[in-house]
Amino acid sequence: MELNTEEMLLNMGPQHPSTHGVIRFVVKTDGEVMSAAVPDIGYLHRSIEKIAEKATYNGFMPWTDRVDYLAAMNCNVAYAMAVEKIAGIEISRRAEYLRVIAMELNRIISHLLAVGSLGMDIGAYTPFVHALREREKANDLIEELCGQRLTYNYARIGGVIYDMTPNWDAKVLAFLEQFEPLLNEFDRLLTDAKILKKRLGGVGVVTAEEAINYNLVGPNLRGSGVKWDLRKDMPYSVYPELDFEVPVGTGEAGVLGDCFDRYNVRMKEMRESVKILRQCFERIPAGEYQVKVPKKIRPPAGDVYVRTESTRGDLGVYLVSDGSDKACRVKFRCGSFNAMSIVEKISRGMMVADLIAFIASLDIVAPEIDR
Amino acid sequence: MTLEQIQKKLAEFYKGIAIELIEGVKHPVTQAQTGDSCLVVPADKIKDICKTLKTIEQFSFDCLSNLTAVDRKDRFEVVYHLFSYKHRHSLTLKAVLPRDDSAHIETVEGVWSCANWLEREVYDLFGIKFDNHSDLRRIMLPDDWIGHPLRKDYKEEEDYHGISTTRPPLLS
Repeated sequence: MELNTEEMLLNMGPQHPSTHGVIRFVVKTDGEVMSAAVPDIGYLHRSIEKIAEKATYNGFMPWTDRVDYLAAMNCNVAYAMAVEKIAGIEISRRAEYLRVIAMELNRIISHLLAVGSLGMDIGAYTPFVHALREREKANDLIEELCGQRLTYNYARIGGVIYDMTPNWDAKVLAFLEQFEPLLNEFDRLLTDAKILKKRLGGVGVVTAEEAINYNLVGPNLRGSGVKWDLRKDMPYSVYPELDFEVPVGTGEAGVLGDCFDRYNVRMKEMRESVKILRQCFERIPAGEYQVKVPKKIRPPAGDVYVRTESTRGDLGVYLVSDGSDKACRVKFRCGSFNAMSIVEKISRGMMVADLIAFIASLDIVAPEIDR
Repeated sequence: MTLEQIQKKLAEFYKGIAIELIEGVKHPVTQAQTGDSCLVVPADKIKDICKTLKTIEQFSFDCLSNLTAVDRKDRFEVVYHLFSYKHRHSLTLKAVLPRDDSAHIETVEGVWSCANWLEREVYDLFGIKFDNHSDLRRIMLPDDWIGHPLRKDYKEEEDYHGISTTRPPLLS
């Protein structure tokens, strides 16, 4: 007997537990296999770039937290770096180290949620709880540093707002001491699990050419086998002095550039962040954590494009100054935005359930897409 | 390649077409260059130039890192930040458009796929049209939104579908 089938239009989102925020997918499907999933974004558009034109350079700093709330420290620093670059402000070495320490701690916090929620999205709930337990400890540490657990508002133009509290370094080192073995436990629980490898291996394959063409960045790019990390290849801040590896996808669970590779790059990056943090505490010099800058910063009229390696990859800040105390234009070029634009292409011929795994493996954060 | 070399090489391909190099801004005291230098190219040649920059081996700009626009009040600037993973050099390209509703420029979607969404964003927020774009719709704002918010003279409508866009001050 022949069954008549016809293509269905399904609405996934905007409120859907697997979309990591408010995103909508229009899924064209015939049975379990999709012909395409078309992303519809903009639900979290808060016109941050317009606000940047209305606020003073210093006054905009808290807004940068809201660009990517899971990697607020990276956004803070990227914006501060852009303003410092065009205004020609040199910050102290201690401030550079404090920023790197905060950013790498933030990377661990963000990646823990990324790999944890990936597990949860495909049905492994326990690792998520373990990841959040560790994340809370790191949150406590960062709260002691800057008073906030999510929207840090820590970097300032010319340095950072607070020095570390007495004995804070020992607390972080103690945390790293107990966190590193837990990564092995996490590997046993999730990475080495046969089910996860079968579930993610060969799913959502992005080739290196596609990744570059769609400008995927960070772990998504490295998952496709491109060894490229701005911290290493276009170094900024004090990263040239630090010794760490750049993990790339190997295709061990199936094909190079599949969901597992992207997941595994994040797992490995956490170990590298632990390494970086330990080196930072050995090397951090004494000194000022904030240089003197004018209350109202008036950079010379011109523009600058600064790229930094955020947890979701290359975060570009394009800043145009017209010589006044407010920016003429600020543009955040975020990793999640580009990652979202490749979904339609990759989702063709994919199973609906695999779409969930694919989105989770891209580590998309909705506010960063919409800004 | 340095910017001067890129400009020189590009000029060989485009004889008689103005490709202007603008130096980045300098610090008023130290005179050190703090801004980015860029090449300004004619808007009607943008797709051709981008294709050349991507395909010619010496350039190999395989990645469009960023595409955005700036409202300069008297003109629009469309800004392209290119990057080459192969040679590890980068380039800022600018095209100047008249500042009115008719502003349009050829799409570079066929050169770099990521330009599709970046151009939609510029269209949505600046109202610059991209000719021959495959899917030129608003991306951030609803389809029936009036105006383009990142223009400097943008005035917000009083309401959207009967929902007020203002609220009385909390403190009177």
